[in-house]
Amino acid sequence: MAELALRTEGLSRSFGGLAAVSGVTLECRSGSVHAVIGPNGAGKTTLINMLSGDLAPSAGRNELFGEDVTGLPPERVSQRGVGRSYQKTNIFLGFSAFENCRLAAQSRLPSSMRLFRRVERYHQVNAAAARALAAAGLGDRGDVPAAALSHGEQRQLEIAMTLATAPRVLLLDEPLAGMGAEESGRMVALIRALKDRHAILLVEHDMDAVFAVADVLTVMVNGAVLASGRPSEIRANREVQQAYLGGEDAHG
Amino acid sequence: MEAPRALRLLLGLILIGLVLFPLVGERFYIQYATKIMIMAIFAMSLDLLVGYTGLVSLGHALYYGIAGYALAMVGGDAAVSLWWSLPGAMLVSALAALVVGALVLRTTGIYFIMVTLAFAQMMYFFIRDSNDFGGSDGKYLDAKPTLSLLGWTPLDLGNPLHRYYLTLALALATYVLLRTVLRSAFGRVLIGIRDNEPRMRSLGFPTFRYKLACFVLAGALAGLAGYLTVVQDGIMNPEQLGWHRSGEALVMVILGGMGTLAGPALGAGALMLLELVFSIWTKYWQLLLGGFIIAVVLFLPGGLGSLFARRRDGGAGHG
Repeated sequence: MAELALRTEGLSRSFGGLAAVSGVTLECRSGSVHAVIGPNGAGKTTLINMLSGDLAPSAGRNELFGEDVTGLPPERVSQRGVGRSYQKTNIFLGFSAFENCRLAAQSRLPSSMRLFRRVERYHQVNAAAARALAAAGLGDRGDVPAAALSHGEQRQLEIAMTLATAPRVLLLDEPLAGMGAEESGRMVALIRALKDRHAILLVEHDMDAVFAVADVLTVMVNGAVLASGRPSEIRANREVQQAYLGGEDAHG
Repeated sequence: MEAPRALRLLLGLILIGLVLFPLVGERFYIQYATKIMIMAIFAMSLDLLVGYTGLVSLGHALYYGIAGYALAMVGGDAAVSLWWSLPGAMLVSALAALVVGALVLRTTGIYFIMVTLAFAQMMYFFIRDSNDFGGSDGKYLDAKPTLSLLGWTPLDLGNPLHRYYLTLALALATYVLLRTVLRSAFGRVLIGIRDNEPRMRSLGFPTFRYKLACFVLAGALAGLAGYLTVVQDGIMNPEQLGWHRSGEALVMVILGGMGTLAGPALGAGALMLLELVFSIWTKYWQLLLGGFIIAVVLFLPGGLGSLFARRRDGGAGHG
């Protein structure tokens, strides 16, 4: 079986008295896509925030490649090989697409505390940035200011920046948000292509896309895991059908 | 990233003008130009924080004043050497910035403004009320530093012309240094922090360290300006550490254009020249100056520099 990349055990987070996520236990293996679905407010983004270190869990444990990383800040989690893309496009609009990726790739230098050498002169960084852009399908858009890219391209850039940090685990928070059919198709193909070399945890609302790429599905409702399993199992699960997929006709 | 041609041309012309100015200028104006260039250094150092890293400090005069006091304290009656007193004074500022920065950089936004102000005011009251620093009258520097080499003294800062050219050279060096730093990997990280710090952290940058390094560098350069101020004026008083001084530098940065480096230097020049002109015209000069600042902020939100430049470096946020 493929390497166990990410594992959580009883991961919980409450805000005041409200339990946003309670007792989530899941695994994500290299070479596979683990999709987390659920209605709005199910706690999916809170979960991803805990996995990326943006949010500290109130209880539970979070492991990366067998090491405990619970409560580490986001920069430390990132340095251990986790790349995260955001639901709301979170790119540097004043930089070109290439500069966005170069900045991301720069994070893998031993230090960016180099004050006198021009940033253009780090060849490895440039190469990593170019590779990431090409992998995300933006190979010929590097010089375009990020603000001038289309919405779909900005979503691709969001992923490209994540890739430029050479992650082993990808946390993708609704990569298809706001995308048209054609753009969605491209993104799904991209996720499939990335699967070989990454463990991917995908949060997504687009059920067609989820069932097209996911190897494992976890359904969350009200902060807790309702069911987890292979897509066919989830589709056949009565509780899931009632709670989420909407009656007998499991859409997909 | 390159400054637009019009701005570079203007800067070149200003530079040539400054080099030639002492040939025609009267003594008073030479001294005044020296003060302008000192404030330009101070404003550029603040722009590194405010304009490029998004750290709005309202206590930057602390590092400016503390270097000035450092020189005034060791200076006294006998001339000290520029060789060690200038780096020494800048080091004092850098250390102060390191200590204060390690504390204040844990806050953000309005709280950051508040605590930077609080630290500067604490130092202001301490120096004003302590007996060792000359109290509210200030501390005099009677003998200006000199630069000697084997009995030859090429630079005697008792001479206003020497002060003028040394300040010009150091202002230019500050500009070139900051330009270089901003084009480096480090500079890119600072701009990233300004535009979106959470994203920088999730990309794996330990942003605190970069902000602290930036704070220390800005503090050291403010110290350079403070050192030159004592050399120019021959006195350091507590007002130089006060919030008024910090606010003045902030106005220069905003007036000239945040995050443009050359802009804040222009802002320093514009503010001080107008102050001079208006105060010759009328005793209500502050009214005119205030009106001018308001007009620039309203009609030129990018600052005076935007008359020559279309966009600020890596400027984001406008979509």
